Amino acid sequence: MSVTTARARTRRGWRSASTWFGAVIVAIAAVCAIFAPLLMPHDPFAQDLGKRLLVPFWMEGSNPAHLLGTDQLGRDYLSRLIYGCRISMLIGVTVSVVSGLIGITLGVLGGFLGGRADDAVLFAITTRLSIPVVLVALAVVGLLGSSMTLLVATLGLLLWDRFAVVARSTTMQVRNLDFVAAAWCAGCSRFRILAFEVLPNIASHLVVVATLEIALAILLEAALSFLGLGVPPPLPSWGLMIAEAKDYMFFSPWVIVIPGVALFVLVLGINLLGDGLRDTFGARSDS
Amino acid sequence: MLQFFVRRLIVALLVAATVMTLAFVLTRLSGDLAISIAGPNATQADVEAVRKAYGLDRPLIVQFFDWVRRAVTGDLGESYFFKTPVSSLIAERMPVTLTLGLTGLVIALVVSLPLGILAAVRENTTFDRAVQVVALLGQAMPSFWLGLLLMITFGLQLGWLPISGTGSWEHYVMPGIVLAFSAIPALTRLTRAGMIQAMGSDYIRTARAKGLSRASILLKHALRNAAIPVVAIAAVQLGFMLGGSIVIEQVFALHGVGFLAWESIGKNDFPVVQAVVLVLAVIYVALTMLADLMNAVLDPRLRSS
Amino acid sequence: MSALLEIEELAVSFGNTAAVRGASLSVERGETHCLVGESGCGKSVTALSVMNLLAPGARRSAKRLAFEGQDLLGLSDSAMAHLRGNATAMIFQEPMTSLNPAYTVGSQMTEVLRRHRRTSQRAATDRAADLLARVGITAPGLRLGQFPHQLSGGLRQRVMIAMALMCEPKLLIADEPTTALDVTVQAQILRLLARLQRDLGLAMLLITHDLGIVARVAHRVSVMYAGEVVESAPTAELFAQPRHPYTQGLLRCVPVPGRIKRDEPLGSIRGTVPRIGPGFEGCAFRERCDWADETCRHAIPRHRASRDHGFLCRLPA
Repeated sequence: MSVTTARARTRRGWRSASTWFGAVIVAIAAVCAIFAPLLMPHDPFAQDLGKRLLVPFWMEGSNPAHLLGTDQLGRDYLSRLIYGCRISMLIGVTVSVVSGLIGITLGVLGGFLGGRADDAVLFAITTRLSIPVVLVALAVVGLLGSSMTLLVATLGLLLWDRFAVVARSTTMQVRNLDFVAAAWCAGCSRFRILAFEVLPNIASHLVVVATLEIALAILLEAALSFLGLGVPPPLPSWGLMIAEAKDYMFFSPWVIVIPGVALFVLVLGINLLGDGLRDTFGARSDS
Repeated sequence: MLQFFVRRLIVALLVAATVMTLAFVLTRLSGDLAISIAGPNATQADVEAVRKAYGLDRPLIVQFFDWVRRAVTGDLGESYFFKTPVSSLIAERMPVTLTLGLTGLVIALVVSLPLGILAAVRENTTFDRAVQVVALLGQAMPSFWLGLLLMITFGLQLGWLPISGTGSWEHYVMPGIVLAFSAIPALTRLTRAGMIQAMGSDYIRTARAKGLSRASILLKHALRNAAIPVVAIAAVQLGFMLGGSIVIEQVFALHGVGFLAWESIGKNDFPVVQAVVLVLAVIYVALTMLADLMNAVLDPRLRSS
Repeated sequence: MSALLEIEELAVSFGNTAAVRGASLSVERGETHCLVGESGCGKSVTALSVMNLLAPGARRSAKRLAFEGQDLLGLSDSAMAHLRGNATAMIFQEPMTSLNPAYTVGSQMTEVLRRHRRTSQRAATDRAADLLARVGITAPGLRLGQFPHQLSGGLRQRVMIAMALMCEPKLLIADEPTTALDVTVQAQILRLLARLQRDLGLAMLLITHDLGIVARVAHRVSVMYAGEVVESAPTAELFAQPRHPYTQGLLRCVPVPGRIKRDEPLGSIRGTVPRIGPGFEGCAFRERCDWADETCRHAIPRHRASRDHGFLCRLPA
């Protein structure tokens, strides 16, 4: 007998509030990403050395044309922030799609077929987990030069492990359920079972993983760009903005605070949304 | 039991072998290494000379097996830049990275375990929610940004801690905290979940029926079972920290293995990059085996076949 | 002389659900008192509330709840903890999960004794080995060093019993101790409990849903239905002259070899156990009773058929 106490009810309520908060953040980010050219007050690449390091609006002596101030080359911070949002979201989503395709395929095949195939998939996952991801990503970009395509491909080829693990475990659970056995008995081919019985039932878990992977990809890209081996300059990745501002952070701390806060809030929002989705779908096994 | 470990060992060796291959392929990705080493101003003759000197004219397969043969005996090649054996370079820098990793792990455990236990005891109260919020914030925090913020606040404005280098134990405090931040969310959640499950179990009801003290029930009976997965994950987290320390080492100018790898990428020093990837992977594999071993030690059910 | 354990009008609720609405019974020194009823009638909750082992959200109240004359309701948790495992002990239904898998049998047994008495580890171990032998476990020295997962279900339950006896309790509460065991093991455990009770002068409150067990070991029985004790009597008298319609129905349901004829339908009680909401008045059995009438909607008086035999019904029958 599970009795819903008042405490448990308020906890679920809190969950929804934070989930909605996350959803709002993600929505704002998506709007910024899609409508960036319309929302940016200035050209994010336009330099104006006469207007270097202007302060944001909450400090004395700010310029109303540049709400968040300018960076060390006179570029409008707000515009770069919005464009950076587009870059982060773009990378996050595309990496998630690539790694999702790889990971889900591997996980479903391993979980469904079992035996040798499963052993091979587990081996691949174990190997992937032992590879130092940041280092390898840095090495690839360092050796082959930075470009968006290369970055997405590299991260996509490195971040599929959680997809694979969750796809595999959920497929194994579903495979053992009665309705799959019923379909099998009814003469359905393995492909049909996979497509119509297994995949729809694991989809919700994978959506949760996808949101968390987007957040992870965004953080990784920021770290790589911070080290100068991520998104190619002059594209205003938030990580790159923080790196460029490092030399000035002692005198003008807002130059690293602003993009950092943006990064933090976006990742937090995505995580909250992912957690909320996980609670909605009742999937507790994905952490 | 022994059979289980032998099997794990074989898998571990296969993983190491695969990583060795991948590391080799990684450095050969950019095409002709000789050109990169010789530099932008080299003539064709220079490039040829370099190629012969570094044995890059041999077939790839030969180069690969040479690398494997030497790596197995501990010879990880010679750095193009430093002209010294890579293994000694790594050995020199490893203490810094290990100290950093262990500091991070210790801080993470010191924070996560009590928080997780208290959150479980006060499940669904404001405190519990606050702990979960902290876990969420930690997950979203970009580590390099946190490092810079700490640097500004504690290093410069307050002047409490040094902001770079490796002179004393104080140098490891801020980097250690940043590293810990990446592990605290997972460890706290795991401890909390484990404790909640343990506290709801039948053997805890028996412990209460025996009239044992609250402390004994919580710490002796519940924690002992809840800690099993936490200890295993902690070992794995250490592996991640060691692998991911490259960013922190760069931010705080700590000359560890990650920093070495970072510099070597910039200088196209391929033997070093190749070797560091392999070494970090081997350490990770060793740590996961250690985690399995600790699982077996802590959970009596896994010991007898 | 007052009874060892006195429960009068015990009421336990979880949120809006009342699990126990009025349980009254008493256990004398050295007697086995069985509390019998179907699943969900509140018998386990009654047992747990004596030891105050209920879940955090539970509310407990009673006209009287006393052990050896001492009131248990007002007792703080730490004072209660001194009684638990000491003067009163409890064993549970699931022996497979009731022992901590991380510690040896020996350490789990000795810790009870060392908690409540000043004893050396040596003396505690000796007593543990002694008790293991008493409950019929061979090679006790070996067993003390083993872990729970190395023992079968029957063995684990014997260990639980031995562990409960470490501090020489006066009252043993056993919540369906044999339900999860094989039938042959059930019989062994019951015989063991009966023997221990005789040898140690132990009082036992045995919770069960099995009338066969009641017939075999109980001195007195209390029948529980929908959160209330509806009848209470010495065993022989209950079986010979059941007064409450529910008890009568229950006894009709038990097929007795030799007495039941061929092709005779098995007895049953029509209807199902009702959900009791707050503010319920009257007899909970009225929907299923052949003799119910309007007055059954109001409070039912407690009748006494004899000095020891009480029941909750308006019918003097």
